[in-house]
Amino acid sequence: MRPAVLDHGYGVATKLLFTVIRLVSGHPLPDAAKITFFRPDFYGKHMKRFTQEAMRGSSGWTVGDRELMAAYVSKVNGSPFCIAAHTATAARAYRDEARVAAVLDDLGSAPIDEGLRATLGMLGKLSGEGTLSAADVRAVLATGVSPGQIEDALAVGFAFDTTDRLANAFAFELLSQEGFEAGAKYLLKRGYG
Amino acid sequence: MAAEDKKRSLHRLLVNRIRQGPGQASSGQRTRAFENAALPDPLRPLLEKVATKSNQVTDADFATATQAGFTDEELFELVVCAAVGEATRRYEAGLAALAEAIADRETR
Repeated sequence: MRPAVLDHGYGVATKLLFTVIRLVSGHPLPDAAKITFFRPDFYGKHMKRFTQEAMRGSSGWTVGDRELMAAYVSKVNGSPFCIAAHTATAARAYRDEARVAAVLDDLGSAPIDEGLRATLGMLGKLSGEGTLSAADVRAVLATGVSPGQIEDALAVGFAFDTTDRLANAFAFELLSQEGFEAGAKYLLKRGYG
Repeated sequence: MAAEDKKRSLHRLLVNRIRQGPGQASSGQRTRAFENAALPDPLRPLLEKVATKSNQVTDADFATATQAGFTDEELFELVVCAAVGEATRRYEAGLAALAEAIADRETR
């Protein structure tokens, strides 16, 4: 990662933990997780709480839907690490790789319900253009999505508008396909907390 | 949505922490990074890209800031502030659009 302190600026106990994780899991800790151990009181601890609530807290969206939103927002933001991580996690949550691939390839023709399609389109517009109108939101409400679901989707958008930028700026190292699969399994079992 | 959404209060805690809590960079520098406004020249290439085209950030952008005397610890904080700031503007724009859409619906 860059700057260099993000690779080496950890205490002895944390470094030991990284080693144990690598030995037990067979994979190095992904940079997305490692960064939350860097001065956790500044950023990591607080962001993990938000992300856990957005991605795993009670919601009208399933975990798979929210992971798909994460992958889609990451695609709009152009973050290769987060696209791969959340594509793998959404596919595993849904047990349906083709559905996730179809959404990322062409949202308009993907085989998903209209409420989810409209919500993804809204998140894509907000991440891509930085603005959203009441009319945009009304169009999503008209598909039957509730105000609470829109609020929840916007929180997923915030989490990944942030994380995508950090993944790119700090140059998170891409994992092997096997590494992303292991990460997906972990995120579904343990979440973000 | 009668009770305030828990995520909004967690978001506020995060924003307050990174802008006003203890840090290596001054609170003023962190606020400017968050707002992507009035950035000093050596930080501008790095932090503007973090906000608006993060996939174009380069090692050279970090080197420019480092050569001007910014430490890795400060750059970590300022990059976090720039990312959270830009994401916050989107989140708040989305929540405002939602509030307006709901108000319209209720007055009809």
